[in-house]
Amino acid sequence: MSSTQHEWPLWEIFVRSRQGLGHKHVGSLHAADAEMAIQNARDVYTRRQEGVSIWVVPADAITASSPDEKDVLFDPANDKVYRHPTFYQLPDEVNNM
Amino acid sequence: MSPVEMNLEARFEAYVAEDKKIEPKDWMPDAYRKTLIRQISQHAHSEIVGMLPEGNWITRAPSLKRKAILLAKVQDEAGHGLYLYSAAETLGVTRDQMLDDLHTGKAKYSSIFNYPTISWADIGAVGWLVDGAAIMNQVPLCKCSYGPYARAMVRVCKEESFHQRQGFQIMLTMAQGTPEQKALAQDAFNRWWWPSLMMFGPSDADSPHSGQSMKWNIKRFSNDELRQRFVDMTVPQAELLGLTVPDPDLKWNEDRGHYDFGAIDWDEFFNVIKGNGPCNKERLAARVSAHERGAWVREAAKAHAAKQAERRAKSSTHAA
Ligand SMILES: [Fe+2]
Ligand SMILES: [Fe+2]
Repeated sequence: MSSTQHEWPLWEIFVRSRQGLGHKHVGSLHAADAEMAIQNARDVYTRRQEGVSIWVVPADAITASSPDEKDVLFDPANDKVYRHPTFYQLPDEVNNM
Repeated sequence: MSPVEMNLEARFEAYVAEDKKIEPKDWMPDAYRKTLIRQISQHAHSEIVGMLPEGNWITRAPSLKRKAILLAKVQDEAGHGLYLYSAAETLGVTRDQMLDDLHTGKAKYSSIFNYPTISWADIGAVGWLVDGAAIMNQVPLCKCSYGPYARAMVRVCKEESFHQRQGFQIMLTMAQGTPEQKALAQDAFNRWWWPSLMMFGPSDADSPHSGQSMKWNIKRFSNDELRQRFVDMTVPQAELLGLTVPDPDLKWNEDRGHYDFGAIDWDEFFNVIKGNGPCNKERLAARVSAHERGAWVREAAKAHAAKQAERRAKSSTHAA
């Protein structure tokens, strides 16, 4: 890999597809600054009305959980089935619950 | 191999076997990573270099409407290149490195783009045949095992069908036009047919990486299988256009339920890959020149961003 970095920083792009929905990750792109990242994201990710709002986040500002921690983080939820409504068996006569 | 690595490898194998996606931070075998970097970056390069033969006609499109459509199509191809470059970057390769590999000739791109677009009908033939063959190749990639590649391909495929349809419509208009226009359409068809069949790659017997890629769920159908599908799909479309497929051996085979077609000139294919196609030098020179002439813009934007950041830093210390 080349030692000197010429390329613009990497930005992660999140797009709200319509009012009422959350922003969703759609990909990434390079831009010199945030303003340019938004302009580029408009051209790269919303050419067909895919969005009404864009978030751009410097890729190196994101901290992600590691796949190695998957078990530690998510296993504890496995045995708590009582958090789901289907865990509770109720008489058929009970409606609307 | 250490026990930990064995464990990771087993998990990787299990994910792939269960048709689960591999994501960027998951452990993966080196060879899988390398194969993906090679394939995705080549794919990205193809989208970008593929803009050149069509860009050739933007200023000469026969009407304002055709010009707007072609502009939109070429812009889409730029977008495809960008989705794919960023998918490749999730594997640890930098954009600079990939561009370097393209510009020095180390990385390949689809050899179809080393053919010239000499008449407006070529723009029709490219959309109809080249984008058509690309779709055939790309649809299975939407389900490939590497998450970022699969997601990029879903976006690409959504956009491709307009490309093929606009190409077919150009062919239809010309095939129904004056005898001269129809002759141009037939001529473009004659020149693009065989290179389009070559887009599916060498015959299965001569395709060394195919087996491993199939096992990894990067590839789902063999080159010959996809090529056959493309022929079966395209021949009736050519009939509808009233054009003749430039292959005297083409014949419907009742037993197989497929068209038989003539032998592909693989010497031509490998010769173009080696750099001896009609436009290899021109394409690469155009890419390198665009990159070099854009250097000052990239530098200026970086300098501007640094200056703005410095100003913001100063004003916030004043405020504090
Ligand atoms: Fe494309
Ligand atoms: Fe396309």
